Amino acid sequence: MLKKTRVVIAGLFFLLITLLFLDFTGSVHMWFGWMAKIQLIPAILAVNAIVLAALVLATLLFGRIYCSILCPLGILQDLVSRISSRRKRKKNRFSYARPKNLLRYGILGIFILSLVAGFGIVVSLLDPYAAYGRMATNFFAPLYRWGNNLLALLAEHGNSYAFYSTEVLVKGWLTFGIALITLIITGILAWKHGRSYCNTLCPVGTFLGLLSRFSLFRIAMDTQKCTQCKACEKKCKSSCIEVNTFSIDHSRCVACFNCLGKCKFGALKYTAAKPAKRAKTDPQAEQPGLSRRDLLSLLGLLTLSATVKAQQLQVDGGLATIEDKKVPDRKTPITPPGSLSAQHLKQHCTACQLCISACPNHILSPSRKLSAFMQPEISYERGYCRPECVECSQVCPAGAIQPITPADKSAISIGQAIWIPDNCIVNRDSLPCDSCERHCPTGAITLVERDPDHPKLKIPAVDKELCIGCGACENLCPARPFSAIYVEGNVRHHSI
Amino acid sequence: MEKKNCPKKHELNRREFLKVLGVGSAVTTAALYGCKTGNTVSAEGGMIGEVPSGQMTYRINPHTGDKVSLLGFGCMRWPLKKHANGREEVDQDAVNQLVDYAIEHGVNYFDTAPVYVQGWSETATGIALKRHPRDKFFIATKASNHRQGARTLQDGIEMYRKSMRELQVDYIDYYLLHSVGSSIKDFNDRFIDNGLLEFLKGERKAGRIRNLGWSFHGIQEVFDHVLNMDIQWDFCQIQLNYQDWRHADPRRNVNAEYLCAELAKKNVPAVIMEPLLGGRLSRVPQQALALMKQVHPEQSAASWAFRYAGTPENVLTVLSGMVYMEHLQENLRTYSPLVPINEQENTILEQVTRILVNADYIQCTECQYCMPCPYGLNISAVFSHYNRCVSAGRLLKNSHDDNYRRARREFLIGYDRSVPKLRQADHCIGCDVCRPRCPQRINIPQEMRRVERYTEQLKQQLDF
Repeated sequence: MLKKTRVVIAGLFFLLITLLFLDFTGSVHMWFGWMAKIQLIPAILAVNAIVLAALVLATLLFGRIYCSILCPLGILQDLVSRISSRRKRKKNRFSYARPKNLLRYGILGIFILSLVAGFGIVVSLLDPYAAYGRMATNFFAPLYRWGNNLLALLAEHGNSYAFYSTEVLVKGWLTFGIALITLIITGILAWKHGRSYCNTLCPVGTFLGLLSRFSLFRIAMDTQKCTQCKACEKKCKSSCIEVNTFSIDHSRCVACFNCLGKCKFGALKYTAAKPAKRAKTDPQAEQPGLSRRDLLSLLGLLTLSATVKAQQLQVDGGLATIEDKKVPDRKTPITPPGSLSAQHLKQHCTACQLCISACPNHILSPSRKLSAFMQPEISYERGYCRPECVECSQVCPAGAIQPITPADKSAISIGQAIWIPDNCIVNRDSLPCDSCERHCPTGAITLVERDPDHPKLKIPAVDKELCIGCGACENLCPARPFSAIYVEGNVRHHSI
Repeated sequence: MEKKNCPKKHELNRREFLKVLGVGSAVTTAALYGCKTGNTVSAEGGMIGEVPSGQMTYRINPHTGDKVSLLGFGCMRWPLKKHANGREEVDQDAVNQLVDYAIEHGVNYFDTAPVYVQGWSETATGIALKRHPRDKFFIATKASNHRQGARTLQDGIEMYRKSMRELQVDYIDYYLLHSVGSSIKDFNDRFIDNGLLEFLKGERKAGRIRNLGWSFHGIQEVFDHVLNMDIQWDFCQIQLNYQDWRHADPRRNVNAEYLCAELAKKNVPAVIMEPLLGGRLSRVPQQALALMKQVHPEQSAASWAFRYAGTPENVLTVLSGMVYMEHLQENLRTYSPLVPINEQENTILEQVTRILVNADYIQCTECQYCMPCPYGLNISAVFSHYNRCVSAGRLLKNSHDDNYRRARREFLIGYDRSVPKLRQADHCIGCDVCRPRCPQRINIPQEMRRVERYTEQLKQQLDF
């Protein structure tokens, strides 16, 4: 019964959290956005005391149910492990393993140090929620969107407006690579050893393990009834039951309740217990087994190149080829409105990619800079920060992007528009153009006469006091591949 | 209830009408379905009926005696397909199929130009027609030097010779001075000062051009000037439809009523273009359609427009750019034979016109002369999407409309479906390159602003 309840709740959570990363309409976020906000690392980064207290309390009461029902990466591993168990002669493939304490506490130590020191890259690589977010964004979301686009195609044929198509993009190949490697590592570990990732590498698992060894409710073994058949041990995906010594390592038990149903003699019970004996632990830091640096340099080789095309015209009809825009070389990165400053974002972001997959304008992509690795960064090649949209601020679980309203946003300056005379088509082609002025939502751009001989040719003048850096001018600028007006980020956002 | 909707008077009219149309009794029965009790005739194929053969209406050209089919094939919109390399090209098989079917059913006038369909029209038309005896069809093409920078005699002659090569013919039945009308100066510049018209007159004398004429888009002054020149024009191509009969926008065009009368005075037959106003007259607003359906429930809005365009006696042929077989078949039905518009129907069309001119249409006929836009906009697709919403009655006058949510969704989703984001109105920079090219004299950048403003209002959910 307990196991079934756990499976149902976990399945539901997993589905809905995944949906958060897949949805591009914003409706799922409205209803289930809280599911991301109760994840441990985001809650720590957001300094969300209520959620933290609740999670600690829940673990002290019931053990690591967080790992079993709330953590999407944990549930994903359960799925993999379950499929692995379906194989012939692999139904009872587990056996007790000694805890790898040096490794787990070492990683936890490094994780905490990184968290305190603001070394975001380590935090976001190790945070299980963020790791899952990257997988969902990079692997599941494209599938989901292709499926949607197929429906949209059908709807279009049927003249229905129930579905509309959306772009399917991988926003950063480096992040894609990281997600792939994480998937492979967790996948292989889960396939072979069940929850061993959670009990050796995952800092959240180790942290909650510290609490769960004192949990009130726990699996207890009745030594009188036990026949030492090892049915439970072989079924324990955490490898934490040692039948020979009648002991259970509660720091590693993820409260999956798989063992309960396996015992034919009623020797196992989930019940309130007296405080257990302390297991000997020696929390000492050590180098992690994974050389992340190697991985990074390997992945750094993956780069994108845009193709450049020429155009020609003469007869009726036809469409000129539109060249892709290229990213300008910005001195300061632009961060989403609500993130206060690049520094604030860096300190709170866990790089879960939720904002990136939620952005309907396709302006957010994971950063490739080491200092803000995989954290969202704005660029305006595909769209601009539209006035009615505050999606990213609504979905952020870690408080890195604070919730704002469209009204707030219209007065937050995240950057400054800068005009590049040599790129401007008014100078280049001597054609009149008012695109940047016309699209500026705050009226920060005024067109001024270029020279008295050509009253029709006007060039933009930017009022820095009014510019909010939304990128409408940059995105809609007809100059390609580099826009003639681009946005340079503000180190700290300010209001206008 | 259905009986009430079918007053005796209309029933009689319809019966008469269908008799004239010469369609079998099955159709009549089907058309009267609503009024008859206990009928047993199935509607299979009956509602549309056969495509009649050998019943096409023909008009005689007074100058050469040519027997021209009332339905003329406009070759400015041939079906396209994607080549394996991702580029578009003419779907020659589809073109051949359309041309064969048209000729088989009596169509014998084919109108093309060197600039049509990105410059591919003459070649494709030539290939399709080469497969038929030369005396089975008349070919019309044009001196399209209106957009070209070079307007010397040599360029004009080269264009003319190239047309013959592309069309694989050694004489041209109908040769037009393309798109005359913006100004007398422009006309002189293109045809008089360089001596091109003299050359073409010589070609007519030599028999390589059998009929010499011009197509008109523009202001009355130019029309009068060219028509009254010291030359016998064999024909003239004008824009005629029930809206332009009396409600042509004076900034852009001249009332067809005037044009038609003037041409008749000079014994110049008229070739009709834009009988559907770029398709707009086939997608009229609901209330206008209801007026027409009340009289002929089984006839489409397009067939009314075609009948109207073919009714004046002075009309030689009515051009239609038919991309789909269904359109060709419907038009064949309409003109095999033509049933002229009568007094009562004319009154209805006047009411329809009143609704149309009061609607918010952008006066675009989707001829694509304005394209390619150097900045990649799909101008005609943007306007077409907007106009479709007007036709469907889904253009919101204000944001408090009961239909707001639905109309908003349909407009925005439909917009993205019909025009890629990078080619939408907000990418117009107002460079004005397109404006002089528009035969309807539409202020394209200004209309782009209108579409953009409306789109932004919906996207941002602003009050309006």
